[in-house]
Amino acid sequence: MDYFLSEEQVMIRDLARQIAEEKIVPVRAELDETGEFPWDIMKVLAQSDLFGLFIPEEYGGLGKGCLELSIAVEELSRACLGVSTTFAANALGTYPLLLFGTDEQKKKYLPDIAAGKRLVAFGLTEANAGSDAGGTQTTARLEGNEYIINGTKQWITNGGEAEVYTIIAITDRSKGPRGASAFVVEKGTPGFTFGKKENKMGIRASATTELIFDNCRIPRDNIIGKEGMGFVVAMKTLDSSRTGVGAQGVGVAQGAFEEAVKFAKQRVQFGHPVITFQAVQHMLADMATSIEASRALVYAVARFIDSGAKDVSKESAMSKLFATDVAMKVTTDAVQVMGGSGYMKEYPVEKMMRDAKILQIYEGTNQIQRNVIGQALIKEFTKKK
Amino acid sequence: MKIIVCIKQVPDTAEVRINPETNTLIRDGVPSIINPYDMHAIEAGLHIKEKAGGNVTVITMGPPQAETALREAISMGVDSAVLLTDRAFAGSDTWATAYTLAKAIEYLGADIILCGKQAIDGDTAQVGPEIAEFLDIPHISYIRKIDEIKDNKIVVQRLMDDGYDVIESSFPVLLTVVKELNVPRLPSIKGKMAAKKAVIQKMNAADIKADENCLGLKGSPTQVRNIFAPEVKKDRIMLEGTTEEKVTALVNELMRLKCL
Repeated sequence: MDYFLSEEQVMIRDLARQIAEEKIVPVRAELDETGEFPWDIMKVLAQSDLFGLFIPEEYGGLGKGCLELSIAVEELSRACLGVSTTFAANALGTYPLLLFGTDEQKKKYLPDIAAGKRLVAFGLTEANAGSDAGGTQTTARLEGNEYIINGTKQWITNGGEAEVYTIIAITDRSKGPRGASAFVVEKGTPGFTFGKKENKMGIRASATTELIFDNCRIPRDNIIGKEGMGFVVAMKTLDSSRTGVGAQGVGVAQGAFEEAVKFAKQRVQFGHPVITFQAVQHMLADMATSIEASRALVYAVARFIDSGAKDVSKESAMSKLFATDVAMKVTTDAVQVMGGSGYMKEYPVEKMMRDAKILQIYEGTNQIQRNVIGQALIKEFTKKK
Repeated sequence: MKIIVCIKQVPDTAEVRINPETNTLIRDGVPSIINPYDMHAIEAGLHIKEKAGGNVTVITMGPPQAETALREAISMGVDSAVLLTDRAFAGSDTWATAYTLAKAIEYLGADIILCGKQAIDGDTAQVGPEIAEFLDIPHISYIRKIDEIKDNKIVVQRLMDDGYDVIESSFPVLLTVVKELNVPRLPSIKGKMAAKKAVIQKMNAADIKADENCLGLKGSPTQVRNIFAPEVKKDRIMLEGTTEEKVTALVNELMRLKCL
């Protein structure tokens, strides 16, 4: 369907697609098998300016918005979610600086991020804090002109590979959720190390590790926003990034769907290609329809965010929820359409199905997304009375 | 460092079809691309610029449509582009093409001239070295690696059938490159935006002060009389088995044909 993209948006889509097809598709199975971090592909993305998409021009980026980022993420996800997760998590980690950073912080970090010279990671989740961000145990204590950070972050995408980390830590436990603050910590800071690299079901090309802070001292100026704003920073960051996860869902579903159609046209049973059978056609029809619906929603929400809308929690949660549930359903059905072949590693759909599962879990489980939407509905309908 | 890369727009097809009546390539419906070997020459130009500084100009001789190829080169990061276009250039063979390109390069000036080893449509591999001869400068063909680049010299490896030669040259020099040299980069978004806006410098025969008797069909010492696909002979026999069996079968067959 024509989404009336601008000439530049089409340019971005075509370039991301070219990278996906020429550089990612040929290596995705191997990356999945070995779990090797896709540095070669990151270099290509950097050279193509894609890391700078959503960063303002004054900091060396292209000054584009959520829609352009979503378009690029969708195309990369069509080839490999492991690679697109690495790329999208970089944006996730950058948002705190972009949304709440001081001009000095932006000048210091954004140009390198835009150029793809330094990769970023976002650290919120801990052993006892995931969906419940209030359970955060990592602390930051001010001593003179330094904060001293202690604690462990868990399941951090781009952990170990990124140079810059934006993290949430408690500065005043007595204040509850208002006692958290956001910080930027650089790799190599004494007292900051990485735990084991996780062995995952899917998105295996992406790196996931613990971040361990043991009396890690950072300059006082490394706080993002003010003390006590940590959860606001985290929530606004997630509001901005969730549509990107929706775009990942659209992309992986599209990739799996295309494989399924290609296969159904070739595979002959009972003397006919299986695509001629109504049972298969109906599955493909449902897949195509739900992908188009989720793409339409993701693009619409992205445009809404780019319009400068203030409160986008509900809409961004909807785009993440719907598009990633569709992704799980479509990738599972793609395996089903392809039968035994779909289950084998010779074809990419089993990987896509394994990869898709994370989309329903990370950056807020889809149950949490429903909570966000539910709370927004309560607020909306209370106001109207 | 002033770097000029010569490129050619070619039809994107491994199976070039020929119109049997006119003996020319059928270009209808076949998308045009930059000759793949020239992509490696562009990458080499950008690489040298990144190492040694300077600027990269891409140049092509062709019809106005060849502008697309030049814009694609700009999207990869090339600084400027020149299109040599003139009705007088039409029908050039390799000699006239090389003469024309050499006149343009003479006019523009260059320290390093890069070409792909050959074009995938004509496959002659003549134009690069011929340009160097017209300019009376050294050339090194089939470059597979650039070992060293300094202000006054370049050291490269030339691919040979049985290994490679290491060759040092002063400037100006013309290099033709093979695909082993590098992996051509993809375009960047900033590059694509620049390519859209870029002004392509157009030059004709008068601009480059060319002798019109050396141009186009008239200036071409060679003329195409006939193009044809080699006949495929189907009466071939593949001999199989151990070496001894194959030799016995071969001898028997040669005796049957009264060759022995």
